[in-house]
Amino acid sequence: MNRKLLLWLLGAGTPVLLLLLWWATSLQSTDTFFPPLKDILQSFQQLWLFAHFQSDVLVSLGNLLLGYAMASAVGVALGFVIALVLVARNVLEPLIHFLRSIPPVALVPIFISLVGFGTEMRVFSIALAALFPTLIATVDGIRSVDSGLKDVARVYRFTTVEKVTQVYLPSAAPQIFSGLQVSLQVAFVVMIASEMLGPSQGIGAMTLLAQQSFMISDMWAGILLLGVIGFAANIVFSLIRRRVLAWYIGSRRLARSS
Amino acid sequence: MKTIFSTSRTSSAATAAQPGKNAMTEEIAPADTTSAPPRLDVSHLAKTYGMGDKARTVIEDLTFTVDAGEVVCIVGPSGVGKTTLLKCLAGLHPSSSGRAAIDGRTISGPPPEMALVFQDYNRSLMPWLTVRKNLMLPLRHLHLSAAELKERCDDALAAVGLSHAEHQYPWQLSGGMQQRVAIARALAYRPEILIMDEPFASVDAQTRFDLEDLCLKIRRDFNMTILVVTHDIDEAVYLADRVVVLGSKPARVLRIVDVDLPAPRDQITTRSLPEFARQRTDVLSLIKRPA
Ligand SMILES: Nc1ncnc2c1ncn2[C@@H]1O[C@H](COP(=O)(O)OP(=O)(O)OP(=O)(O)O)[C@@H](O)[C@H]1O
Ligand SMILES: [Mg+2]
Repeated sequence: MNRKLLLWLLGAGTPVLLLLLWWATSLQSTDTFFPPLKDILQSFQQLWLFAHFQSDVLVSLGNLLLGYAMASAVGVALGFVIALVLVARNVLEPLIHFLRSIPPVALVPIFISLVGFGTEMRVFSIALAALFPTLIATVDGIRSVDSGLKDVARVYRFTTVEKVTQVYLPSAAPQIFSGLQVSLQVAFVVMIASEMLGPSQGIGAMTLLAQQSFMISDMWAGILLLGVIGFAANIVFSLIRRRVLAWYIGSRRLARSS
Repeated sequence: MKTIFSTSRTSSAATAAQPGKNAMTEEIAPADTTSAPPRLDVSHLAKTYGMGDKARTVIEDLTFTVDAGEVVCIVGPSGVGKTTLLKCLAGLHPSSSGRAAIDGRTISGPPPEMALVFQDYNRSLMPWLTVRKNLMLPLRHLHLSAAELKERCDDALAAVGLSHAEHQYPWQLSGGMQQRVAIARALAYRPEILIMDEPFASVDAQTRFDLEDLCLKIRRDFNMTILVVTHDIDEAVYLADRVVVLGSKPARVLRIVDVDLPAPRDQITTRSLPEFARQRTDVLSLIKRPA
């Protein structure tokens, strides 16, 4: 039997098995805090796929994507500047290390006082919190570009644009991707946190509201949805990474095996 | 490996001149070699790494010249500063004093007419590009036609015997193959001056002979000026018109040996000449004897 297939089946089968187990054991449950999975899934369907899909699910995901995209673009661009421009490094680096040691969620109140409770507050909170992992990984990645490759770029007289796009960016890509992955997780956490304040809109807000009003199966449905979104986001991210960094993954595998 | 670096002299002379304009002057006045400045002129070059108490003088005072179309080999003990010298010539490091010049112009940055094959080949190829794309990367800003681009890459890959590996990544290749990719990249660039830092160190004996002959062939076909650092004294004598023997430390020129072996050179007949044996003994005794 194919070993790889077996491992894959084990990986995919375990969660399914756990769900079935949850389903079976909770079927007769009368505990208010642990309603039957059957009820939870019903709420899930009603709540997220119909009633609140547009008003909350899409809004949350939109904020997440927008904030994350801003963080990624600014993080990579600013990372380049800090790594390559000496003045920028001296001016900005201490500031960045100070800001990033503040827990991301603690930044939310600052934004509320700056831009109020609206969508902007949420997007900016997500963007700012998600900025630092990408930014710092990019600075590290650019600084550790092999001097041999830099020499090649100079000897063959690459233009500045070529140096950036053909040498620095691909060379730092493995580290940048690690940063982007952490940023994604942070963005997700802050997305939920930012909905706990201000107008009740979004998946996080709905989940909190359900809990406060003792709609326990709605609350569980919210948690389930967050889990599903987080899981799916990670899968999409891994697929992109595997495609873009195929050369890196391949060379690492080869280096390990020999 | 048998494939010939097959561009005709006429079409290539124009393209070899791509980065600079100097091939033109060479062609107009080939006879007038006595008054022309040497292609590459190194005079009293010195290089010190670091500053203050960390300062380390690697090269103290080097003087030699390389004429257009000449093959010059540099031999010397490990760690003497050969790579350092080449990096100064390639404009990667500023020299501490003295000067290096191409056609009378002092080298202050990477000269457009020069290509350098690095000693650490495994740190000089882009691991995210296939072999072919590695060759094409330096050609991007030369604005060549697609046909010429393809021709140059095909020729260079065939010349080093790697046509079959064009779609592989460098990390999938053996050390010797990577080294040949680095050589092919320099060939595809068609520099007027080619500088190579122990370019044949990781290849097998047969491939090494082939690459040596390739080196002599491109000199003939493109009137390329070639400077090679090598550990192998036989190779230096076989390839070179002149051998610069370096002594340590810090690096200085022990002697410049003129090699008067008949052209064209041939791996079997040239190497069996008594003259060949005499020349290599000359060089070897210079290196062996602590001067
Ligand atoms: N960037 C650098 N900074 C300080 N010292 C250096 C640097 N590069 C080389 N050196 C020193 O200069 C000396 C000469 O090094 P170099 O690499 O030029 O020798 P080499 O003749 O090329 O040796 P090999 O034949 O082993 O390649 C060495 O002692 C090395 O430690
Ligand atoms: Mg060296």
